[in-house]
Amino acid sequence: MAEPTGVSAPPSGEFVCLDGNEAAARVAYALSEVIAIYPITPASPMGESADDWMAAARPNLWGVVPEVIEMQSEAGAAGALHGALQRGALGTTFTSSQGLLLMIPNMFKIAGELTPAVIHVAARTVATHALSIFGDHSDVMHARTTGWAMLAASSVQEAHDLALVAHAASLRSRVPFLHFFDGFRTSHEVDKIAVLADDDLRALLPGDDVLAFRSRAMTPDAPVVRGTAQNPDVFFQAREAANPFYLAAPAIVQDVMDHFGERTGRHYRLVEYVGAPDAERVVVLMGSGIGAAEEAVEALAAAGEPVGLLKVRLYRPFPAEQLVAALPPTVRSIAVLDRTKEPGALGEPLYLDVVAALDEACDRQPGPFAERPRVVGGRYGLASKEFTPAMVRSVLDELGPDRPRRHFTVGIYDDVTHLSLEVDREFRTTRPDGEVQAMFFGLGADGTVGANKASVKIIGESTDLWAQGYFVYDSKKSGSVTVSHLRFGPRPIRSTYLVEDADFVACHQFGLMERMPVLARAKRGATFLLNSPYGPDEVWDRLTRDMQQAIVDKEIELWVIDANRLAREVGMGNRINTMMQPCFFQLAGVLPADEAIDRIKQSVEKAYGHRGRTIVERNFAAIDRSLAELRRVEVPARVTSDRSAALPIPSAAPDFVKRVTARLIAGEGDLLPVSALPVDGTFPTGTAAYEKRAIAQEIPIWDPDICIDCGKCAIVCPHATIRMKVYEPGVLEGAPDTFLSKSFRSKDIQGYNLTIQVAPDDCTGCGVCVDVCPAKSKTEVRHKAINMEPVLEHRDRERVNWDFFRSIPPLARDLLPHDSVKGSQALEPLFEFSGACSGCGETPYIKLVTQLFGDRMVVANATGCSSIYGANLPTTPYTVDHAGRGPAWNNSLFEDNAEFGLGMRLGLEAQTKLARLLLGRLAPVVGDDLAGSILDAEQDTEPQVRAQRARIARLVSALGGLDDTDARHLRAVAGALNRQGVWIIGGDGWAYDIGFGGLDHVLTSGRNVNILVLDTEVYSNTGGQASKATPRGAVAKFAASGKDATKKDLGAIARAYGNVYVAQIAVGANDVQAVKALLEADAWPGPSLVIAYSTCIAHGIDMSKSMSHQKDAVKSGYWPLYRFQPTEAEGEHPFRLDSHKPSIAVHDFVSTEARYAILGRTHPERATRLASLVQADVDERWRYYEQLAAMERAVPHEPDPDVQPEVDSDAGYRYDEDSNP
Amino acid sequence: MTDLRTTYLGLDLRSPIVASAGPLTRELETAQRLEAAGAGAIVLPSLFEEEIVHEEVDLSYALEAGSEHFPEALEYFPRFPEVDSVLDRYLASIGELKDALDIPVIASLNATTTGGWIRYAELLANAGADAIELNLYRLAADPEQGATDIEARDLRLIADVVGAVDLPVAVKLAPYYTAMANFARQVAAAGAQGLVLFNRFYQPDLDLETRDVVPRIDLSEPWELRLPLRWIAILRPVLDPAVSLAATSGVHSGGDVVKALLVGADVAMTTSSLLRRGPEHLATLEAELRAWMTDHQYESVHQLRGSVSTATSDDPAAFERANYLRTLHSWITPSSLTATYPTSG
Repeated sequence: MAEPTGVSAPPSGEFVCLDGNEAAARVAYALSEVIAIYPITPASPMGESADDWMAAARPNLWGVVPEVIEMQSEAGAAGALHGALQRGALGTTFTSSQGLLLMIPNMFKIAGELTPAVIHVAARTVATHALSIFGDHSDVMHARTTGWAMLAASSVQEAHDLALVAHAASLRSRVPFLHFFDGFRTSHEVDKIAVLADDDLRALLPGDDVLAFRSRAMTPDAPVVRGTAQNPDVFFQAREAANPFYLAAPAIVQDVMDHFGERTGRHYRLVEYVGAPDAERVVVLMGSGIGAAEEAVEALAAAGEPVGLLKVRLYRPFPAEQLVAALPPTVRSIAVLDRTKEPGALGEPLYLDVVAALDEACDRQPGPFAERPRVVGGRYGLASKEFTPAMVRSVLDELGPDRPRRHFTVGIYDDVTHLSLEVDREFRTTRPDGEVQAMFFGLGADGTVGANKASVKIIGESTDLWAQGYFVYDSKKSGSVTVSHLRFGPRPIRSTYLVEDADFVACHQFGLMERMPVLARAKRGATFLLNSPYGPDEVWDRLTRDMQQAIVDKEIELWVIDANRLAREVGMGNRINTMMQPCFFQLAGVLPADEAIDRIKQSVEKAYGHRGRTIVERNFAAIDRSLAELRRVEVPARVTSDRSAALPIPSAAPDFVKRVTARLIAGEGDLLPVSALPVDGTFPTGTAAYEKRAIAQEIPIWDPDICIDCGKCAIVCPHATIRMKVYEPGVLEGAPDTFLSKSFRSKDIQGYNLTIQVAPDDCTGCGVCVDVCPAKSKTEVRHKAINMEPVLEHRDRERVNWDFFRSIPPLARDLLPHDSVKGSQALEPLFEFSGACSGCGETPYIKLVTQLFGDRMVVANATGCSSIYGANLPTTPYTVDHAGRGPAWNNSLFEDNAEFGLGMRLGLEAQTKLARLLLGRLAPVVGDDLAGSILDAEQDTEPQVRAQRARIARLVSALGGLDDTDARHLRAVAGALNRQGVWIIGGDGWAYDIGFGGLDHVLTSGRNVNILVLDTEVYSNTGGQASKATPRGAVAKFAASGKDATKKDLGAIARAYGNVYVAQIAVGANDVQAVKALLEADAWPGPSLVIAYSTCIAHGIDMSKSMSHQKDAVKSGYWPLYRFQPTEAEGEHPFRLDSHKPSIAVHDFVSTEARYAILGRTHPERATRLASLVQADVDERWRYYEQLAAMERAVPHEPDPDVQPEVDSDAGYRYDEDSNP
Repeated sequence: MTDLRTTYLGLDLRSPIVASAGPLTRELETAQRLEAAGAGAIVLPSLFEEEIVHEEVDLSYALEAGSEHFPEALEYFPRFPEVDSVLDRYLASIGELKDALDIPVIASLNATTTGGWIRYAELLANAGADAIELNLYRLAADPEQGATDIEARDLRLIADVVGAVDLPVAVKLAPYYTAMANFARQVAAAGAQGLVLFNRFYQPDLDLETRDVVPRIDLSEPWELRLPLRWIAILRPVLDPAVSLAATSGVHSGGDVVKALLVGADVAMTTSSLLRRGPEHLATLEAELRAWMTDHQYESVHQLRGSVSTATSDDPAAFERANYLRTLHSWITPSSLTATYPTSG
């Protein structure tokens, strides 16, 4: 029987509160000389920490600051790591999911060369039917054939400890190690842990091992050759030659663990058993699920059940002997739980390994067990699905009957293949006396999570209590809700699942109680703290009925504080966290109030002190005033409210929306059965319109008397929530009294009306529309044609107005020319209400593209912000027009998007060819006139495209009655006779870095694809890491001391090919140019590349002024606007510079953005030096571009690739009944 | 040899020409050129409490915006161990200038809260400034605040700062106090060792295209010297001789320096002329001052100072209200008559 392990043993060293990523990164950084990094959730923070520490010149264990370098992809990081290792430098990298998959080719090489190295992985789901950023083992299981040892940590403490074990064991064994822990559950959980001192690291890492490693380095002083090509004669034998190293590795790992245990008191084993010594039923698993499993097994064993848990720590080389030896001989049945799925396999990997291990062991005489145990396999916890003690009990119960299911799932309800186990959700394990569980509901913007992380630190680091914090965020980037789950207690906390019975619940935003069941997990007698604009006498009547019911039923103690008023009074804006935090301490009783206040102040001082006194003093004022404002509410004995929660889904919504989407929106997705979900990841579009989030405090309200009909508000709106419609006045019959309208001024059409309307429940209140509105009142200039006003004063009226506005039919598309702001904004957007950040600079471009081409476009979207706000459930913003047409959208990967889009184009062209062939053949049947008009149709203009669409409809209808194989096939592909556009959309991380190779190739293909690069100059989605689009001097993650290299001129590379249409646009600076460029890109028959300047929250700007920043970016020459239209004509100027000569200094622009301004405060001299280089970069590029604009250039290119070849209708395969192609 | 030495705020200066607050005194390189050109002292640009607060709040906002919203991007900026604030940079520049220059370095402070005045004044003193210039830059725009309220509050602030630091403190005033002579005396009584006359208010302008209010900063013109000239002439005799007076605004030539000294200033401060013509222009001012003094057989600044104040001028009333009519009259006098009624430009 193994010794008790981990955190409950007497700890050594200093105690701090860290998350799993930092816990691992600290060790990795200290033990490395070269660290190659690339951002990927949830591993990015490890690379960020390494970069921060390098910027702060923190040395490694040998006194040297490691070389931390960001690469263009994980494949690049693995290659750089491989090279560094071969040169004899200790190296590491951090990754996850798809990133790990990209490293695999090099991992085979590194292992094949028996090179010590460690990759730390925050294990995450590999994208399949959908992308998921959350945790499971589908990524690491892919690496199990690479020859890397695999070590699984199941907690934050283990992520720290086993990181060291991995580095030490790798050096000793020469086998490279993949050290992994569960994404989010461990990587982002904050725990109190004992940290290793440098001496601990030194003691575990004998110098001889390091020297032996260095002695194998490539050097011209003792040259060798590695990486040979081998032939059938020797490859096999050479592959087997490494066997002894793998055979020795498990013992080496155990030896290191033993040494580690002696030093730290924290003992680990390769596999480790806990539970009843005479257990008959045992569950086997690895990773964070161990925490929940251990609680369940302890509780059940204490109640006399013969159950146990086998924790697997070393997964490769698989410690079969140790596993068998660790199991009690009494075991009769074993459930092996895998946190991954291998469709089509006999079972998941850990299960198969255990089966094989037991099979081999049981063949020996005498066998290790009284009787051969039965082994079953189950799946759990995919993509961070909750895994609780109740589920573990279900698994153990399942092992009881004579015939347990051999393959099952737990944690979901599978009503399709009926694999899921039933779970008694009321089952609870006993909590230790004195443990407090708390939940906090807040908004991302109000600082709730930050305060809770601070509370964990305060309690964990200044008391004897153990502390844990886990944070759940929602899927939107604007108005996002956060739920914090905190535990404090006298014993180490192993509960690796959400709080189930909260002693304390805080709701930091009054409106949240309408959006989610805030008290659902409150236990009887819990304390509830509500941030309320209503005082103790008034608040009860303002609660929803559900809320009152929960308070009465559970006898909850209710307290209120008006933290928003207090925050305003002390100059804290909407950061109410500082007011709420002391109230939590006061009510939860974790620390005496005075001591808590002192500690909170110390934590504020630590967090903000280095930035000056102002924020510190405002926080102090807030802290000092908060407790005095806290009030207890006398709770009536009965429910009185008739207020209900948020807006219901309209009854006219599609069935799928009512059945599935509505549940997801309501936060009930966990309860959906397997049958409710699409089998292949296909979802309807247009569902964002059903998710009424009502998150804005202020919304834009239109004043038609002042409006000049320019459409600027609509073109910049990131969420398509301020709309422009032009219509005939007769439409107004039946309009609500409050509906506003004015006559529409246009040189193109007369007698029409115009309305600018806000969608009050979809607007995020970003204010960008008001910022750009150029129309001001004659008598009061601050009053514009649209003005931000409190939503509560306007919501009811605007809801009615919006419904009517939606019912107005769109203007016929040909009435206004599209190449103007006004004309484009009269078109219906087919991208609306996304979850993008408030004020997002990317989404206006996508919306504009859908207005211009949405009814005939397919989208290949690179992973990144645009794929997240573009398609993160519960709802999706791409939608359809009145005829049901709209963008068809897909996301393949981060790295392959250009290729993915090219494939779509090729597919389309193949179908067009086939359709033309079949149509030619069927012409006599469908009518030569119709066939001829379709085959000869020009589709250069939108009316021509629509006319062709009508002809195709006639064709399909004519084909409908034909019982003929050709006809059926033509019907299937007839749509390809209509002109369609392929749009390849992604961010700069994709286009400049990880996807550049593919993008470059697609640009040279000559194929008709439109590439839209939303250039935020940084990896926005993963939190602001530098890309090659990041300009010199800007501070970003992975460039903490300001980027050295200048921004890559992607447009110049594309222009160099000659046949690529290239434009650089910035809608906030020149909206007309942006519209024209997109129209030209669509019209260009070859590849086109549009690089769109996209303001981003990662720029450190006030996003309501996002468009003003774009204007200044252009004015300063930082972002020149141009269009490059290749031409074969002599004497033409294909490069057209659309912006004026710089009229302000670059400094005047960049100094208004924190990403630049901060460098002057952290590295003043470097900032000055880089600033002058940035100006020089801009000057030089302007000079170059001016010369280009003057240049005559004729670019010879191939005939228009879009011209269809003549069709020989006799050629090609014939579809007929007796041959099936 | 003409003796240019003067005493200002108890500091011995080699010349009465002082480079006043502006970009040139902020940078070490230009400050050294000012010293080389003969500046008696330099005054640093004002440390604005509002700017400090604004920067700290803005920075925190910008660095935290969007943080803890979304699981993939819990923050958007690296973690910075140390961030210099406006204050840090200001204090560092005092130290740097003090190390590099021999002439006195006068720090300038514009605070809005009592706590701010005292805290920042102490920090400026600790950083090595030779004196502090308090910039009472405040617009009396609140209709609830009467002249006495404003004066009382200003005097309290001055007393607080004087009490908090050992350095000499000068107070830079706006010209809009109702009873300037009386207030000036009270400022001295509150402990100020000098008055700097006057603060120039940067007046906002309008953009006719956008109808936006836009800030405009114009360099001073020579005519602007006349306001400080008048008031220094009036105040010199009524203040304790130990209270220093500095003339600022519109000092562009050696002649302007002479005028300032004649009415009783201990120093003449200039910024705009140096910005227009470069730090070396200061040497020209000094040469012109010397030339005038030589031409008019003055041996020292001491001798020159205050010789045309209301106490020493042969026409003291000319500095006061009666003068208004004649000046006005001179403007409307037909040009044919100007030969007999010379007007000053």
